[in-house]
Amino acid sequence: MIAGISIYEILTVTSIIFFIGVYGFITRKNLISILISTELILNASVVNFVVINKYLYPTLLEGVFFSIFIIAVAAAETALAVAIIINLYRQISSVEVKETEIMKY
Amino acid sequence: MNVSYTIAIPLIPLAVFLVLGIFNQKIKPAVSGYIGVAGLLTSAILSYYTAFQYYFIHGKEDGVFQTFVEKTNWMSFTETLHIDMGVLIDPISVMMLIVVSTVSLMVHIYSRGYMKGDDGYTKFFAYLSLFSFSMFGLVLATNLFQIYIFWELVGVSSFLLIGYYYTKPSAVAAAKKAFIVTRFADFGFLIGILIIGYYTGTYDFQTLTNPEGSIIANWASGSFMGLSILTWALILIFMGGAGKSAMFPLHIWLPDAMEGPTPVSALIHAATMVVAGVYLVARLFPMYYFVEDGFALNIVAYVGAFSSLFAAIIAVTQTDIKRVLAFSTMSQIGYMMLALGVSGYEGHEGVGYMASMFHLFTHAMFKALLFLGAGSVIHAVHSNYLQDMGGLHKYMKITSITFLIAALTISGFPFTSGFFSKDEILVAAFEHNKLIYGIGVFVAGLTAFYMFRLYFGIFWGKNTKYEHTPHESPLSMTFPLMVLAFLSIATGYTHFSEYVSPDKMGFETHLDVKLAIVATSVGLIGIALAAVFYFKPNNLSDRFAHAFGSFYKWTYDKFYFDEIYLFVTRNILFKGVAASAAWFDRNVVDASMNLIGNSTVLASQKIKKLQSGRFQDYAFAFVGGAVVLALVFIYLWTN
Amino acid sequence: MEKIIFYILAFIIVAFAIASVSSRKMLRSVIYLLFVLVGIAGIYFLIDYNFLAAIQLTVYAGGIIVLIIFSVLLVHHIEMELEIAKPIKQIVTALLCLIGLGVFLYTIYNHPFQPVENYTTTTVNEIGKGLLSYEKGGFVLPFEVISVLLLAAMVGAIVIAKGTKLFDKK
Repeated sequence: MIAGISIYEILTVTSIIFFIGVYGFITRKNLISILISTELILNASVVNFVVINKYLYPTLLEGVFFSIFIIAVAAAETALAVAIIINLYRQISSVEVKETEIMKY
Repeated sequence: MNVSYTIAIPLIPLAVFLVLGIFNQKIKPAVSGYIGVAGLLTSAILSYYTAFQYYFIHGKEDGVFQTFVEKTNWMSFTETLHIDMGVLIDPISVMMLIVVSTVSLMVHIYSRGYMKGDDGYTKFFAYLSLFSFSMFGLVLATNLFQIYIFWELVGVSSFLLIGYYYTKPSAVAAAKKAFIVTRFADFGFLIGILIIGYYTGTYDFQTLTNPEGSIIANWASGSFMGLSILTWALILIFMGGAGKSAMFPLHIWLPDAMEGPTPVSALIHAATMVVAGVYLVARLFPMYYFVEDGFALNIVAYVGAFSSLFAAIIAVTQTDIKRVLAFSTMSQIGYMMLALGVSGYEGHEGVGYMASMFHLFTHAMFKALLFLGAGSVIHAVHSNYLQDMGGLHKYMKITSITFLIAALTISGFPFTSGFFSKDEILVAAFEHNKLIYGIGVFVAGLTAFYMFRLYFGIFWGKNTKYEHTPHESPLSMTFPLMVLAFLSIATGYTHFSEYVSPDKMGFETHLDVKLAIVATSVGLIGIALAAVFYFKPNNLSDRFAHAFGSFYKWTYDKFYFDEIYLFVTRNILFKGVAASAAWFDRNVVDASMNLIGNSTVLASQKIKKLQSGRFQDYAFAFVGGAVVLALVFIYLWTN
Repeated sequence: MEKIIFYILAFIIVAFAIASVSSRKMLRSVIYLLFVLVGIAGIYFLIDYNFLAAIQLTVYAGGIIVLIIFSVLLVHHIEMELEIAKPIKQIVTALLCLIGLGVFLYTIYNHPFQPVENYTTTTVNEIGKGLLSYEKGGFVLPFEVISVLLLAAMVGAIVIAKGTKLFDKK
């Protein structure tokens, strides 16, 4: 626990980060930027897990474990995303979102 | 009496049809002719055997001809209402078997000569066999539905054979016309059948026509527009019969049907198929007679009498010899209908019924002979028109003599078969209805006149110069002529009334001398007039035609019935009903469909921007939706 | 003291997060993300989850950020200016995010959390035992599943990144 800081403050911060991630996810025009936004969203949720574990159930470690798993999944996801982005760049020489719209047809 | 072997009578021609039809290209024409004749010969022998067995040995029990039925259930609707397939042997069906097989056999033999060298020789014989099969099936039918099935089958064969020269537009048009007109009539027939099925619960002839049975006893159940339901059904069935038998006003197809090959005209449009209507009425005769005191039967009588007169008048003016014969056929069938219409039921009362069947029998022989003779002439002259003929007697002796015999027979010349059968018809009419009798006598005179106009016009009269000297036809064609000429005279001497009568008991008939003298003298006057007009070339006939003026023109154009029908179909049906229906279809039905389609397309064009394919837009929608849902659940769903 | 550090960290995190999603230079955006991640690692330190902070630093800062930087360098000129969404879209999205944030905060602040006072430090020993325990509350199965997932992701990443050559035998 952080002396003098209640759980509300931390949750407020993570909520802010989460919505900044959402904002970036929706507005950015580049696949890598979108990947970055995704990382922000993931991190906000990881912090939530950890903080709730620490503040409400300090004797248990489930939140920590979930955090570890989420980090692992995030790593895997990032590796795959980067692979896809590189492959896409080879195919169409671009990583702009507007170039990847042909999937709708 | 075991009648199961009679099933082979229709099945043999069917087999021949299948063989000839399937191996059409593989069989040599000569062989196919023999196959056709052999098949029909077998059927004919079986028919004669059946007739012999039935009439002379097994048929009569206690003085009444029994009905033998061999059938199998084909389709069941209810306990009583089921459609059977089978054979029914009774006096008129056996009589029809003889007629159909004899004429068909003769026509088969004749066709071997007449159609020689034709491209579709095998096809022609296949069609003829198909027709024979259907006609046998019709004759032997055990119930209304079976007769209807074969009824349509003979219609199809007739269609195929009229349109046999399918490269000729007129033949194609005639085939279509025949099919559509008879089909239209059969529509009435079908409705009649369905009404009968609905109200009586059976199609079976034996049940339906049993005079003591419950159906005839309970005819009064249900009425519609002042007549009982059964009467309506019978009138509708007669409509089908009138269509097939070319009764006024459904006669317009028969003259055009002469576009088919002449043997076909002889077989289908003179001797067998066109009398199917008469046969149908005869088959249901007890119903016609007993239901509502014979109201429907009166209609049959008047339609028959009118058609008979109407056709005879037209026949006088026609110049196409086959058309003259076609109208003559129509007139004679009218005669048969008339005879049925004036018939009673029991004992000697049934003379009209018997006379009708008798006339059907003799008419089949002499009308087939007339057509085959005309075919022989056409074969020699290569024309259908009276103007192109004349003086042929010295070239074609056999044809001329046999044609003369047929003409005498149809005119009711004493001691020919037509004399006897026509006399019986007139006796029946005289006893029943003087007006119809008068019409009958007048038509007899007209018949004699136009027949001998034809005879003199073809074989005597002017000496036409021919490009090729006409020659007598080969034996394969003259042989059937001679056989039929013999039959035309001989059939008059059968004691027909002992075998065929409505109550199946048989009765004695005697020549009514007074009536016979009247009819014969009228016939002789007709012949004499024709001789005056046409035996030696002169312009008497033209002057006469001139004197009649517009009436002659009317008659020559068959009272413009074709034009009236065309007007009705084209201007009223096509332009009025069909065109407005088409307008409705295009502008309302189609348009509403188009409206739905177009508005869908329009809407999709408007909203397809939503489906941008950009996943960020979807993410936006997703987040927005989640937020809205959260708002809803937090603020609005608070209980 | 910790309070102040937390506020500083929170400020860093939020500020760099905003910078990260609004910067028009790709590489800078990635570096801002790195600062965010390091700030979050600082929060882990503050609440005595040292192991987690270490993972955060090594996996995120050391692995993922490097990976992203590689990909940026592979596909971009460093000085390239990024395209920016239309202002109307930015505003609408920001509005939506603010509403969402409002909903979140409203919910959080209306929920009576009952924190348990504690200042214990979680050791790596405990985490290792918990992860590999197969008794009640043990996480050995997810642990193994995650390891298989990582392997599969690795293979997949290689296959995808290699492009079509692997399938194209010509």
